[in-house]
Amino acid sequence: MKVIKIEKKEWTGGIDKSRGKYLLFGPVKESDSENEKSCVGNRSCPADSDRYIFKQLFADQFPEMGGVDTVLSPKSLIFPQTEKMLQTTLDTSVADHHIMKRVDTDYSPRAVIGIRPYDARALTLVNLNFDTEDYRDPYWCDAYEATTFIGLAVNNPSEFDFSTSMGSSPFGEEGLDVLLVDNGDEFIAKVITDKGQAFLDAAGFSKVADESAIKEIERLKAAAEKAITAKVGTGNLKRREILELHEAPFWNDIAFACINCGTCTFVCPTCWCFDIQDETKGKSSVRFRNWDSCMFPLFTLHGSGHNPRGEKVQRVRQRFMHKLKYFLDKYDQGTMCVGCGRCVQSCPVNIDIREVCNIMNSYEPER
Amino acid sequence: MDSLTQKIRDIASDILKEGKVEMVVGFAKGTLPMTTKPYMAKTPEQTENFIWDRHCTLNLANYITGRKEKIGIIAKGCDSRNIVNNIVENKISRDQLYIIGVPCSGMVDKKSPDTLRDNCATCTHRNPVLYDVMAAEPVEEQKIEDPFADVKAIEAMDKGAKWGYFQELLTSCIRCYACRNACPLCYCPTCFVDESGPQWVGKGQNRTDIQTFHLLRAFHCAGRCTDCGACEAACPMDIHVRAFTRKLNKDALELFGWEAGLDITKRPPLDTFNPDDPNDFIK
Repeated sequence: MKVIKIEKKEWTGGIDKSRGKYLLFGPVKESDSENEKSCVGNRSCPADSDRYIFKQLFADQFPEMGGVDTVLSPKSLIFPQTEKMLQTTLDTSVADHHIMKRVDTDYSPRAVIGIRPYDARALTLVNLNFDTEDYRDPYWCDAYEATTFIGLAVNNPSEFDFSTSMGSSPFGEEGLDVLLVDNGDEFIAKVITDKGQAFLDAAGFSKVADESAIKEIERLKAAAEKAITAKVGTGNLKRREILELHEAPFWNDIAFACINCGTCTFVCPTCWCFDIQDETKGKSSVRFRNWDSCMFPLFTLHGSGHNPRGEKVQRVRQRFMHKLKYFLDKYDQGTMCVGCGRCVQSCPVNIDIREVCNIMNSYEPER
Repeated sequence: MDSLTQKIRDIASDILKEGKVEMVVGFAKGTLPMTTKPYMAKTPEQTENFIWDRHCTLNLANYITGRKEKIGIIAKGCDSRNIVNNIVENKISRDQLYIIGVPCSGMVDKKSPDTLRDNCATCTHRNPVLYDVMAAEPVEEQKIEDPFADVKAIEAMDKGAKWGYFQELLTSCIRCYACRNACPLCYCPTCFVDESGPQWVGKGQNRTDIQTFHLLRAFHCAGRCTDCGACEAACPMDIHVRAFTRKLNKDALELFGWEAGLDITKRPPLDTFNPDDPNDFIK
């Protein structure tokens, strides 16, 4: 495997060089990513916030590479919360009026810099759903394929990180094209795919690292994995019967505190459900999709008025069963949770998926 | 063991044992530092999970709306005011409730644990206004010189700055509706944003639609909001959504001399008509 050494003083120059061939995305301070601010004196104003968010970088902007955690995952870069799909005109004097056609979206090469390994794995899991033998979601697939993922290893996992329990790891390579490891004055870059090599070429990063760099990666990796203390059991989930878990007695207790907001599903890097809407303004009509949430009462509400998940407890069960059981059974690629810990951190009522997973995993139905 | 926590557990355990209630709603310890979670005890043993600390930021009145059981509920000042509100609005009956009042000296801000939450710092109803038993002696109420100084600062802005302020406030909203769902006032079977026939509000991440949601939600809470701060405690994006409701609280106080949830015999001002209601706005 090829390993490149990037001195940090060369970093910005290389990133600037890559802008010629790639649209760049990365974590930036939310306050630097919006338009001009006018919220003087507002203590909760995004302008004063030290929150980071994955966004397209402006021409003079660089991704934050200090290992920041983001409330929202980078999934929105491939799967925006609101995404235009089709459009048409209602003007009958125009040919093809009322015929929905795909919107013209820019899918030129892009690179996400500084994505965490668990988030990159998460996107591979979402890809299983959007790119199947039977169906290919063109919006997802075109964006996913256009993107080169330049990951940043997690040297210092947060207290919420339980990725090692969920098939990912702070130095995981799945779904990445390059893995960057912060090593003081330099990044050590593990080249994982040809796509990754192409990005490094475009940035002009080409100094081959020696053996000691590879050893250093191994050392940092071991230290990071050791720093994650949360242990979540998943080993029994596969052999457990779906209906046994579905009918298990613990769901009411788990669901009691839930307020059925969409926080867990919106911050989650693997939640992919969406809802399609049409909007018409004047003569132009657009069909777009928005993130949906299994926590919402509208989710799976039938036209008849019936909802198979009409009660809160059924919706809560759906979320955990989908993540930790149905997905596992369907794709055999592990659970649909990568252990990023975002929902653990953001849930307003502290419903902790680590706890729920352990309860499900250790459940023994009475015979 | 903190004596208040112990007292709460004892009372909860007793009323379950005596069959006065079928369940008790309170707070249990969370899985993270400085967190609690709403918890329901159905047996005396389960009451051992109750705790009381400076992080009981949500409003438990949210968990009794529309329930049929006889319920014990642990209530700090704001929770009790929302319970009053729930009773007045027929979402639960007084007979169904056994209210364990807890005098509150304010919850702390998760982001800076040495300071009180914004709404707690200006709270003048720390003691429960309605209860069946108190878990401790009442605390002294705060005297706040100018409780609406923040609202006045916004009122003083010129039109453009004001509009900019509120636009800015909502730029990070992800429409998860945590603010709405954490609110004990928001119990509509179908919220206006979820109506599909007619669809009042667009569903995308469109600035106008997001603003519409927040403005209309705030107006739905006018004269009913107790400034409990559950909306802000729940918001994953730390949006200061109380900037909307506090203005309406100030209006309710100035126009109708009204503070929500203090009296079980009075209906909220926007729910009733009196010939002497202020009507300067139509002159």
